[in-house]
Amino acid sequence: MKHLIDILDLTPAEIDELIDLGEDIIEHPAKYADKCRGKKLATLFFEPSTRTRLSFEAAMMELGGNVLGFSEASSSSASKGESVSDTVRVVSGYADIIAMRHPKEGAPLVASMKSGVPIINAGDGGHNHPTQTLTDLITIRRKKNTLSGLTVGFCGDLKFGRTVHSLANALARYENTKFIFISPEELKIPSYLRSELEGNPNVTFIETESLMDVMPELDILYMTRVQRERFFNEADYIRLKDSYILTPEKMTSAKDDMCVLHPLPRVNEIAASVDDDPRACYFTQALNGKYIRMALILKLLELA
Amino acid sequence: MIIAPITNGIVIDHIEAGKGMQLYHFLGLGDLDCSVAVIKNAGSAKMGKKDIIKIDSVIDIDMDIIAYLDPGVTVNVIRDGKSVKHTNLTPPETITDVIRCRNPRCITSVEQDLKQVFRLTDRETRTYRCIYCESKAEVDKRK
Repeated sequence: MKHLIDILDLTPAEIDELIDLGEDIIEHPAKYADKCRGKKLATLFFEPSTRTRLSFEAAMMELGGNVLGFSEASSSSASKGESVSDTVRVVSGYADIIAMRHPKEGAPLVASMKSGVPIINAGDGGHNHPTQTLTDLITIRRKKNTLSGLTVGFCGDLKFGRTVHSLANALARYENTKFIFISPEELKIPSYLRSELEGNPNVTFIETESLMDVMPELDILYMTRVQRERFFNEADYIRLKDSYILTPEKMTSAKDDMCVLHPLPRVNEIAASVDDDPRACYFTQALNGKYIRMALILKLLELA
Repeated sequence: MIIAPITNGIVIDHIEAGKGMQLYHFLGLGDLDCSVAVIKNAGSAKMGKKDIIKIDSVIDIDMDIIAYLDPGVTVNVIRDGKSVKHTNLTPPETITDVIRCRNPRCITSVEQDLKQVFRLTDRETRTYRCIYCESKAEVDKRK
């Protein structure tokens, strides 16, 4: 049995297969409408989430399966002190596959060690969020027809942004990748990621504080939200939250086929007036998240 | 300083100066009934200064812990006055329940029964990371 805990659990070939399957689902949804008939997905969300949970649930429903679960820890036995291991042992008797979000890093790995059914990490604190990365990858490939040779700008909170670290790690396996990390000094990429990238022959990267200086170079601009919950100190959050805001004026210097992504939810880091720009791809990206999760569920249940 | 030779026991030699007490604690030598000597800052032609631990009994010793903390040490196991030397210790791939993860966001911070497992992720720099949250191991304090 296979689980998905970290995006690097998947080889680039497996990622390609998932994206191929996701694209086939987009093209031929009817073909997949009954694939999961009689199967159940448990969504164990120990931390609130809207789009991830709903996209998992929508994904399972569109495959003809059923969904059960909880959306916050207070409505689960965790509030009584039950361990992740015990919760998962019990739930794996009730469901065929489990998607888990947990505020503590490593909780889905613990779950995968005890579970009798596949576990999908739907986000563990500031650590991993592999289905978001799959969502990003399918969107990039559909827009650019490739995952190689791209110049990808990451903007905003690059220190705590788990989506940034996961996507960078995933894209770093493709040839001729260039990363441009755009952030204030306090929110630069962590040193471990920097040293990993420095030793990677596929990747070149630069770090800058100016979005405008690098905008014309970018094939992809990955915007991120400065998240309150990742800060220990409220004063730091307030000081940095508005550091980088994307506006239509800034978009004027971008390539015509540049693609703006955002894992959502956004607060104010992308002005609403950018939404009508054809290069704004973040809502398509959210939709793709459902399709790639459908593909993942099918693969892990060995139904595709 | 002279400590009498031992006939049956273990000598852990060439310990980086200052790490002797750390090894003493991690190996649980404080719990032994036999004589144990920790010599700090002994002169060494090779190292300048070194620490040495002498244990006056042949005990089961966790070589993985030693190799994790200081792979440069020499472990001499002495039986009836004859010594078998172990050098060039290889850092273990994983260490279990030797150190604790210090990341307050790690699942091990709330689920105390989980095994504390660290995996060697970079042999050159001897970097170990928690298998759950991938935080770097810190060995500056006792577990």
